[in-house]
Amino acid sequence: MNSNTSVQVINCGKTFEDGTQALQPINLEIKGGETLVLLGPSGCGKTTLLRIIAGLETLDAGGQVLFNGEDVSHLPVEKRNIGMVFQSYALFPNMTVRDNIGYGLKVRRQSLADRQTRIQEMLAMMHIENLAERQISQLSGGQRQRVALARAIAVRPKVLLLDEPLTALDALLRERLRVEIDTLLRSLGITAIYVTHDQSEAMALADRIVVMSNGRIAQQGTPREIYQQPSNSFVADFIGTANKINGRMTDQGFEVEGVVLPKSILNVVGGNSTSANPIQTQAIFRPEDTEIVSQDQAHFNGQVASTFFMGDRTRLLVDGISESPIIVETTFKQEISIGTEISIRIKDQGLMLLPDELIEDLPKEIVEKTEQ
Amino acid sequence: MMLSRKLSFYLQLLFTLLVCAFLIVPVVLSALAGVTANFFVGLESGLTLSWLAQVIDLYTDTIYLSLLIAFACLVITLIIGVPAAYALARMGGRSARIIEETIVLPVAVPGLAIALALILSYGGFREFRSSWLFILVGHVLYTLPFMIRSVLAVLSSIDFKTLEEGAASLGAGFWYRLKTVVLPNVRPGILAGSLMVVTLSIGEFNLTWMLHTPITKTLPVGLADSYASMRLEVASAYTLIFFIMIVPLLIAMQMLSASNKAKTTKHSVTKNIGS
Ligand SMILES: Nc1ncnc2c1ncn2[C@@H]1O[C@H](COP(=O)(O)OP(=O)(O)OP(=O)(O)O)[C@@H](O)[C@H]1O
Ligand SMILES: [Mg+2]
Repeated sequence: MNSNTSVQVINCGKTFEDGTQALQPINLEIKGGETLVLLGPSGCGKTTLLRIIAGLETLDAGGQVLFNGEDVSHLPVEKRNIGMVFQSYALFPNMTVRDNIGYGLKVRRQSLADRQTRIQEMLAMMHIENLAERQISQLSGGQRQRVALARAIAVRPKVLLLDEPLTALDALLRERLRVEIDTLLRSLGITAIYVTHDQSEAMALADRIVVMSNGRIAQQGTPREIYQQPSNSFVADFIGTANKINGRMTDQGFEVEGVVLPKSILNVVGGNSTSANPIQTQAIFRPEDTEIVSQDQAHFNGQVASTFFMGDRTRLLVDGISESPIIVETTFKQEISIGTEISIRIKDQGLMLLPDELIEDLPKEIVEKTEQ
Repeated sequence: MMLSRKLSFYLQLLFTLLVCAFLIVPVVLSALAGVTANFFVGLESGLTLSWLAQVIDLYTDTIYLSLLIAFACLVITLIIGVPAAYALARMGGRSARIIEETIVLPVAVPGLAIALALILSYGGFREFRSSWLFILVGHVLYTLPFMIRSVLAVLSSIDFKTLEEGAASLGAGFWYRLKTVVLPNVRPGILAGSLMVVTLSIGEFNLTWMLHTPITKTLPVGLADSYASMRLEVASAYTLIFFIMIVPLLIAMQMLSASNKAKTTKHSVTKNIGS
């Protein structure tokens, strides 16, 4: 199996005929066998980038797509030997499940016997043996998704491209199929590019996440890096929940409106976050990195503005610390009434400084959150 | 309350039946006239097939010509109409709509006007003018929009661009995609369009009457001819033959559109069932 095709995207931009610049020139490298997730809000250009890699969209001049170092920019989609799973599945309604899965094999003129063997293999892999003779219109959404996957994988593609394959399914099914896809991609060892706007899906599946915003790459890294070391507030906001505070870095620590937060709470995973920098800068911390403490240990004091009981924890919105309410999470069992004065402490290594050079070109749009 | 509702139901039923009778009685009478020995005497004069035989004897040519033109018209509208509809669907946007409207124009213009325009433009070519091909051109102009429309309707109801992209991603080139994915999925539209084209072509009178010559008469033109110059029974027998040809086509059209509807509703139902 061609399991180790690397993909290089060099300077790939896309301007549509109507002048929409969907993609700024982007550079990206996907290692052989890696699962890369393109993540970003609606309209940020994920599908466009995926379609460029597939060969379904032409490139702006100067761009190149390489498979294993070989330039495929001029090849149409049917010559690229990719497998693609569309959001709308794009299954052929005039064929049975079996014929859908066998379509690519037939195109490749494989013998009937070979085709049958491979189809049977795919049916078994996706646990849909009993559906082989069904028409597409007789399948549920989840079943269609399996057929679409089977059809794309059957031809042993060099690269598997998936465009929001689970978005049309309900939450429970999505979870189940996500696990299955994850197992599948790992066992096949195939190079895969997976588009989603769901951060939990991205976290679960990705070897590496590329966060996109407005046709640009906002950050790329492992799920852990992206979550724990966001390089700008867009990424911090889009992945998980982040509280933002403005302050400045001094020798003593991070100074916020006269309060100096000690260096011990700074996250030192990334190299540049501790660099003493006496200018105004932005820092973020996550709700789960806070704790409610007695007043003498507090970093901040505020009043509870609203509470959300989430079962295992309670989420509080706290006023009086920053312009917008600070979000805090606690596993405290008793009910906390609105208006209560509370003292908050950021846990050690809970505060992340955002590199200043990126602050000015942050996208300002409100980002839809996929997880609360 | 219940009673009045029942009453209104029966009144409605009665009204519907009356309307049906009003429409059907002339048809039945006319059909009967075609097999009655002497219409003025009535059914007592006995039933006969001799009128039908006489019609077949006199007008076989028109029947053949009608079938020939309908078939040729079908072939041409298929060859032009299906690719045109596909190209229009691919193009999309405003220009496609403008082109579509232009093609549909002949439907809105009275047949006589089209015929006149054809005679003015091409009537000078005598060979052409006096052959059945002249009528064929008129029929193609008139029926092409129906073929394009019905194929276009199916194309816009399925997401054929994505289907094609799916096929292409699996390695299929243009012609293979066309053969295995596009054409099979627009088949209902092609079929419906074909039936429509054949039916319209066989029944067309306005345009054909203007374009015909004594040696190129189609069935409806012959019908008008027989009404003008033959016994009522012959004319009726002729109508009967016309019906026998056209009714199966109409029924087939009806069945086709019914089965298409059934398919789409079934589709949307199964879509909503979870896995
Ligand atoms: N054919 C097209 N013509 C013009 N503009 C387009 C076209 N396709 C996409 N765009 C624009 O390009 C931008 C990026 O679109 P794209 O489909 O890549 O977004 P996306 O990240 O996949 O969003 P989503 O999550 O909603 O699918 C959008 O602003 C979109 O409006
Ligand atoms: Mg998209």
